[in-house]
Amino acid sequence: MISIRTLLLISLVILTACSGGERRVPQGIKDGILHIGNGTEPQGVDPHTTTGIPEHRIQQALFEGLVGQDPKTLEPIPGVAERWDVSPDGRTYRFYLRHNAKWSNGDSLTAEDFRWTWWRGLQPALGNEYAYMMYPVKNAEAYATGKLTDFSQVGVRVVDPYTLEIELNAPTPYFMQLLDHQSMYPLPRKIIEKFGSPTDRFSLWTRPENIVSNGPFKLTEWKLYKRVTVEKNPYYWDAANVKLNGIVFYPTENTVTEERLFRSQQLHVTSSIPLDKISRYRQERPDELRINPYLGSYYLLINTTRPGLNDARVRRALAMAIDRESLIKNVLSNVNFPAYTLTPPGTGGYQPPTLLKFDPEGARKLLAEAGYPNGKGLPNVEILYNTNEAHRKIAVAIQQMWKANLNIDTTMLNQEWKVYLDNRDTLNYSVARAAWIGDYLDPDTFLNMFITGGGNNDTGWSNAEYDDLILRKIPAMKTHEERMAGFYQAETILLQEMPIIPIYIYSTKYLIHPSVKGMPANLLDHYLFKQVSLEPDT
Amino acid sequence: MWRFIGSRLLQAIPVLFIVIALTFFLVRFAPGGPFSTEKAVVPEVKRALEAQYHLDQPLLVQFGSYLSDLARGDFGPSFKYPGRSVNELIAAGIPATAELGFYALIVAVVLGMTAGIVAALSPNTWRDYLPMSSAMIGICMPTFLLGPLLVLIFGLWLEWTPVSGWGEVPGDKILPSLTLGAAYAAYVARLTRSGLLEVLSQDYIRTARAKGLPNFIIVFKHALRGSLIPVVAFLGPAFAGLLSGSFVVETIFQVPGLGRFFVQAAFNRDYTLILGSTVFFAVLIVVFNLLSDVLAAWLNPRLRSGLGDRS
Repeated sequence: MISIRTLLLISLVILTACSGGERRVPQGIKDGILHIGNGTEPQGVDPHTTTGIPEHRIQQALFEGLVGQDPKTLEPIPGVAERWDVSPDGRTYRFYLRHNAKWSNGDSLTAEDFRWTWWRGLQPALGNEYAYMMYPVKNAEAYATGKLTDFSQVGVRVVDPYTLEIELNAPTPYFMQLLDHQSMYPLPRKIIEKFGSPTDRFSLWTRPENIVSNGPFKLTEWKLYKRVTVEKNPYYWDAANVKLNGIVFYPTENTVTEERLFRSQQLHVTSSIPLDKISRYRQERPDELRINPYLGSYYLLINTTRPGLNDARVRRALAMAIDRESLIKNVLSNVNFPAYTLTPPGTGGYQPPTLLKFDPEGARKLLAEAGYPNGKGLPNVEILYNTNEAHRKIAVAIQQMWKANLNIDTTMLNQEWKVYLDNRDTLNYSVARAAWIGDYLDPDTFLNMFITGGGNNDTGWSNAEYDDLILRKIPAMKTHEERMAGFYQAETILLQEMPIIPIYIYSTKYLIHPSVKGMPANLLDHYLFKQVSLEPDT
Repeated sequence: MWRFIGSRLLQAIPVLFIVIALTFFLVRFAPGGPFSTEKAVVPEVKRALEAQYHLDQPLLVQFGSYLSDLARGDFGPSFKYPGRSVNELIAAGIPATAELGFYALIVAVVLGMTAGIVAALSPNTWRDYLPMSSAMIGICMPTFLLGPLLVLIFGLWLEWTPVSGWGEVPGDKILPSLTLGAAYAAYVARLTRSGLLEVLSQDYIRTARAKGLPNFIIVFKHALRGSLIPVVAFLGPAFAGLLSGSFVVETIFQVPGLGRFFVQAAFNRDYTLILGSTVFFAVLIVVFNLLSDVLAAWLNPRLRSGLGDRS
């Protein structure tokens, strides 16, 4: 029975040697392979059936739209289209595609590929959650919702194999940005049709052995729960300027593990960083820590149909009684930015009104005016949040501030994500946390949520003047200044009525190895992988 | 014997049916659906999605078609991962779960037998009381308490091991294996101790002692073999328990195995994945229980002949 000792030895060897291996960071620098933490396991890579950020990262490497966005300024840069014209009324765009644009199997990429892809994206049967990105295009919404069945009436026209014309409903200054959205990337018709119907969500066309793409990289490996690997696409029109030979995306749901992987030189870039590690990096390795404003807003929804909360004065009082600076400093490790408006300042050159500030005295006065002096008589307020430690801490802090500043007793309720969404949707709450990440750099992406009956309104709030501005007046405005003034006016209404309470502006926070070049931070957290390179320290 | 196995398999069918039916209807009555997301989905899109997954059909029709798919071994497509089948997702989760189960089994056997032997060699001394009371604690302590406790001590205070992960940084497999194996180690320790004590009082051991054999040889060469039968019988159901019971450990340590995706599927309302994992675990438990019964029957001559009489 010496086998016990052998067993012990074997198990020790297995347990210690079962993982680890080469350090990927130096090896990656040598081979030109970027190792990147990518959050969760991607749902898939088909841009018409997925919506998440990890998916988007991979899609950015695999595909390229008509235009791209400069990673520093987010201004449009040529993609598949080498140039474009816009008609004087701002409603017709003409794109001239480069003749050397190719799919990763060597086939030519033409204007028809875009037309077909957008046709697919708008098929009602496909269930593309991002179909609305195409709604600025004439008749796109009518087609996507089944009100129109003739696709030739949608504003997409193939003039010749290398010229594509797009007609919009109204001049849409942010339209060029939408063209870089993943749902607008061209998809390979031949391949998709080979593996089933174009509207089939269960198709196998995105498997590494089947997929064909047009971006700087092509998909070569997809190991569930382990990694997604892309390699340089030799047929990409600008392949000569693509510096990386490949990218490996890892599902790193656990940020604690991810940080450890970064520290042990297994990842060049992480998707996030645990809050409690930030101060250590700030002190010891500030060059590896990246914290930047992100186009996202964290706010509280108020159910404006509830007694008490149906009074705008009460809602404003609640908003004024929150000390955002203190909240961010004490609860959020000082990585976010206080929000006094829904739209982050600077979104597409927009400066929002400064109406809201931390003013406990004013808040008490408003509450008294509304008939609840010193909080007396106000029906119970309950803060609903989805189960998450950070949300809980924020809710506790707000609860304390409301108690201290307004003498209001608040209860807290946490619910599992889907239950929370369900209750939000059916207005079965009094106050709930919420967040929104903008899709494009324009105040419209935030402010259009709160039109009457808007799918993300979830507050029961409705204001005819606001609707008129967002839906009719602003889209008809010609100049940038006019539009921004329009949004200013709309947001002023929103802040006076306060169906939502802005709390903070998001920030991206992650770790990046000094060898990674060409990956500047931007508000949308978009990467342009074709410009990224790995350079050893000199 | 074959008849015994056949009848047990037949008995499993109604059990599985009840499990499937209960799960099928329960998940559908849970608030929120697979397509409720923070970004509101346009009603047309939502309808189209429901149509693609046949959620627009009456519930009983859905149930019927699910059962007929299941009969062909098809768990259906995942709701969360378009283009992925549940069969594929389960298959991808098996290796980590099986590996974790295997290491936990090693932990259980090595730790448990060592403790049991030490205890049996000096009964009613501190060398007996210490491992046996630890074993008692090990049996009583649920994994969702032991796991975080081990993380706190070895991961955060001592910083000896990673706090979570699986196969990502060296040593990250230690804590999950320990946590999962601990309760089973405790059982093994108690079984080994009692088995060994019983054998040590037998005549042939006394003979061996009389012949002047060293204690080491007596215990390891003669006594231990006989005392292991109850331990071996225990290991069959233990392995089933390790595989199916690992979802708490997988969730604590973020092990990308079946159990963790089972839990996530529930959060995502990925109906087919929830059902698929449930059915898979149910089948696993049924099969391992059957196997251990067969093994026990085969080990025990009295039971074996009983079975023979019936057949």
